[in-house]
Amino acid sequence: MSSRRASFLDGARTVAPVMVGIVPFGLVAGAAAVRVGLSGLHAVGLSVLVFAGASQLAAIELLGENAPAAVVVVTVLVINLRMTMYSASLAPYLQEFSTRWRAGMAYVLTDQAYALSVTEFRADESVDRKWYYLGTAVPLWVVWQICTVIGVVVGARVPESLPLEFAVPLTFLAILVPTITDSPSAVAAGVGGSIAVIGAGLPLNLGLITGAVTGVVAGLVVETGWFR
Amino acid sequence: MTDSATVWLAIAVAGVGTFLIRFSFIFLFEYLSEVPDGVERALRFVPAAVLAALVLPALVIVDGTPSVSLGNERLLAGTVAAVVAWRTESIFATIVVGMVVLVGLQMLL
Repeated sequence: MSSRRASFLDGARTVAPVMVGIVPFGLVAGAAAVRVGLSGLHAVGLSVLVFAGASQLAAIELLGENAPAAVVVVTVLVINLRMTMYSASLAPYLQEFSTRWRAGMAYVLTDQAYALSVTEFRADESVDRKWYYLGTAVPLWVVWQICTVIGVVVGARVPESLPLEFAVPLTFLAILVPTITDSPSAVAAGVGGSIAVIGAGLPLNLGLITGAVTGVVAGLVVETGWFR
Repeated sequence: MTDSATVWLAIAVAGVGTFLIRFSFIFLFEYLSEVPDGVERALRFVPAAVLAALVLPALVIVDGTPSVSLGNERLLAGTVAAVVAWRTESIFATIVVGMVVLVGLQMLL
């Protein structure tokens, strides 16, 4: 088994290029919050307590529109639901660790840490899994928090004419495109987006949730071939 | 603006809920042998469906109504950004190009 230190550094090395995408995303998470009228503490609170970029940006947008708290919470949870899949996929590899360690590892779980770690676990059985995983996940957490703070400070000083909040849908777009890998996922995106546009006028942001659920069902239908 | 205490409540509950989502199977695996197949298959479509449901209205809806025309600057900028996202898979490049195109269009029009 590789040493803890070597495994942690291996993980950190693997995650380094991912930071190029995380930095602007984190800056936006801080700046967008200030832009919609939240305090800097709210922005940092979101980054520390929720620590999930796409859902933070959605929460910020909704809070800026004075959406009810319940809608904010449900939206965040719907967006983050994908992480149950990561949790399920990682679970067998983390089984040997104590509940306390697993809780800590769950807290720092992200798309990137998941994808990098599960690839390594499948390729190399001798790696120290706990430390490799933490090597990918902890630097992401640290950089995310720092960028949120910088975003809060800088965001307030960016001139109003610069449509910084447009970076929010652009960030979602950048994450969305690589998730479309086959026709069922393309249908899930197409239906999800279209229904959300049609339902955009619905109260309680129901258009988003209806779109998401319909999109998932549409993807399943196409994959299963039920429509034939 | 929603008052600060309500915002904190939403953040706290969303944070606890998100943690429970992350911990779910990592915690439950001791008691469960495997993820139900149907659940795993459905979850695969969640990112594409949710993200599209977030992106499309932000690009298409102008002042409360859908607008699919050349006059919709955000839709144009978003379309260019989608091509960049597809070719580069870079969050950074996608944001920069999308913003530059939008600011450029707003200066022209």
